[in-house]
Amino acid sequence: MRLLLGSFCTFLVAAIVGLGATWLTLTRGVAFGSLTIGAWTAWPKTGSVDIDPYARANIVRTGELPTGMGDGVAFYAHTDDAGNNFDGRCTFVVSGMTPAARYWTLALYDPEGRLVANTVDRHSFTSDEIVRNSDGSFAVTVAPLARPGNWLPTGGIEQFVLVLRLYDTPIGVATGTGKSGPMPSIVRKGCS
Amino acid sequence: MIRALLWILSGILLGGIVHLSTVLAMPQAARQDAYSRLEPLTPVNTMVPLPAPTADGAIMPFMDPAFAQAVCRYDLGGGSIKLMAPVSQAYTSVTFYTRKSVAYYAINDRAAGRRTIELDLMTPEQHAEVPEDEDVTAADRLIIESPSTRGLIVLRALAPEPGLMPMARRALAAAKCQIQAVQ
Repeated sequence: MRLLLGSFCTFLVAAIVGLGATWLTLTRGVAFGSLTIGAWTAWPKTGSVDIDPYARANIVRTGELPTGMGDGVAFYAHTDDAGNNFDGRCTFVVSGMTPAARYWTLALYDPEGRLVANTVDRHSFTSDEIVRNSDGSFAVTVAPLARPGNWLPTGGIEQFVLVLRLYDTPIGVATGTGKSGPMPSIVRKGCS
Repeated sequence: MIRALLWILSGILLGGIVHLSTVLAMPQAARQDAYSRLEPLTPVNTMVPLPAPTADGAIMPFMDPAFAQAVCRYDLGGGSIKLMAPVSQAYTSVTFYTRKSVAYYAINDRAAGRRTIELDLMTPEQHAEVPEDEDVTAADRLIIESPSTRGLIVLRALAPEPGLMPMARRALAAAKCQIQAVQ
């Protein structure tokens, strides 16, 4: 009887610990070999055969196709530089310079990776179409309501994600390029 | 007391095994991965343009809206594949994925160095059967080995501004993905 009760307790703990840990790691997006610059994080190895088991499990679960390492690197941001969550009812300014790349794009998604509906049908900016300052730097205003200049609409959703993709770039290809980038800063400018 | 702690401790250890095995089994168990999503939409060994992602929906999450995309869902069971993709004016890339979405090779237009990206895709076994001399004479022939018999070739062409999207689409429309029967 004691043995039965004991093994039942063991299996219960095993199921809770095991499945709980799997659920947590997959929904929180744990992956190794991340490259973090400011608020931006990329997982360059996720786009190669060196992808780790957690990232593998995650991409088949979400259904996405990661950016290949010979193609480019995708940097994700969920908060601004100060750690404030990306609330679509607030205004954020993404400004500065990007690391060396032939092209880059900055796109806005909801946390599940869907584009967000807005009145001007604007979901991203490319390095070619962005309006720049005379020194080559740029500023994108991410806000729910129309702004002059480069305006990326949030649609007022509760939480959004920014993805900066660098195409044809040396970043992330060589190992140990952690300090390689002047990535754009992200600052919150108030909420409506 | 000590006995109860031992039961719990062994439960935690067993939980670790459960955790690792579920993570490792995930790729086999997943039913919503990119290949499965594309299967009903794309004929095999044919280059098919993908609809652009919109706020109403997209085939896959986190697709870059600035790119036109086309996909070739391949099966090397009947022979190797010849891929021909004319490059667009801005930026074009080709990424190869296994059946389980692992990007095992990617190349862009500049690395390919020509107006048309030309590649041969084959399994390691098919590669071993390519005659040696043919391999040498075709020195500029790029051969890619696929780790899995089935997989995806994804072609991406950048539209540097929204007005150039039709141009990017046209470039992809000329791309071909053809099976080469075994001689």
